[in-house]
Amino acid sequence: MRKWKFILPGAAFLALIVLFAFGLNPKRDLHYLPSPLIGKPAPQFALSDVLDPNRIVSNGALKGHVYVFNVWATWCGACREEHETLLAIARQNVVPILGLDWNDERDRAQQWLQQLGNPYQGVGFDDKGRVAINWGVYGAPETYLVDRQGRILYKHIAPMTMDVWNREFLPRIAAARRGGA
Amino acid sequence: MSRAAVAGFAGHAAVLIAGVFLAVGAAQALDDHGQLENPVLQARYEHITEQLRCLVCQNETIADSNAALAGELRGEVRQMLVAGKSDAAIYAFMRARYGEFVLYNPPVDARTVFIWGAPFALMLIGGVVIYRVLRTRSRMPLDEEQEAGPK
Repeated sequence: MRKWKFILPGAAFLALIVLFAFGLNPKRDLHYLPSPLIGKPAPQFALSDVLDPNRIVSNGALKGHVYVFNVWATWCGACREEHETLLAIARQNVVPILGLDWNDERDRAQQWLQQLGNPYQGVGFDDKGRVAINWGVYGAPETYLVDRQGRILYKHIAPMTMDVWNREFLPRIAAARRGGA
Repeated sequence: MSRAAVAGFAGHAAVLIAGVFLAVGAAQALDDHGQLENPVLQARYEHITEQLRCLVCQNETIADSNAALAGELRGEVRQMLVAGKSDAAIYAFMRARYGEFVLYNPPVDARTVFIWGAPFALMLIGGVVIYRVLRTRSRMPLDEEQEAGPK
């Protein structure tokens, strides 16, 4: 019984250290949420293309292909930040990139793509935000990786960087191709 | 004199009450589409939107939040209510897209049992501590304090 009086405060102190090490870790992103859609079928959509309103952009057309799905908007500063990276990724020509222009204005989005360059195979114009809701989007930019069976493999919430691309996306793309071949 | 004072007070009160009503009107105007016609649906709508977290602000419900996404999610809730969906179906819709985090009242399962159980566990621990302290105290001889004190 006496021993407890010494062990308990020590154990409580250790427990607090563990809690704080986790809770106060400056690298922990408080806004990060694991997506419940990982491993689930990617929601289907068919939207008019930002650049050509008569063209329909649909992810159904990419069935059987590994592709990247990137959510962006002209009001989103971090999307401007990642745009160069997306262009560089598009130049690698590894996978098609499908875009979703979220809650945006068409003329601004067109201007954006014309001035900055267009890394996308097609960009769905989601001005009502309903496709974004189906994908569980809550902040732009978000980038998803979808496999050949149309399942979501990975979701990155933050500007895309070459580091993230090389570390998180390329190995998964290679694995998805090996697995689905 | 006193009548004037009463009139003045009434005037102030009227202005105040009018102000309160204007403020309430303004707060409701935030909601994009106005009230649902069916009061039962409106009540369910208000309840459900109070139970869902705004993903953008994360500390507000979608009923409270001004974020665009919250407005769109309120719109989804409305449409599903009008379409005759059950509350459970609406929560399931949100949970499938945004995870358990959207629910202000997450279901009790292996991962949330700590959050739900912690208050009761802490109360139990506190109760045990109080019980033990009281029991040892009650067993102390009454004159111990006098002995311990200065003679």
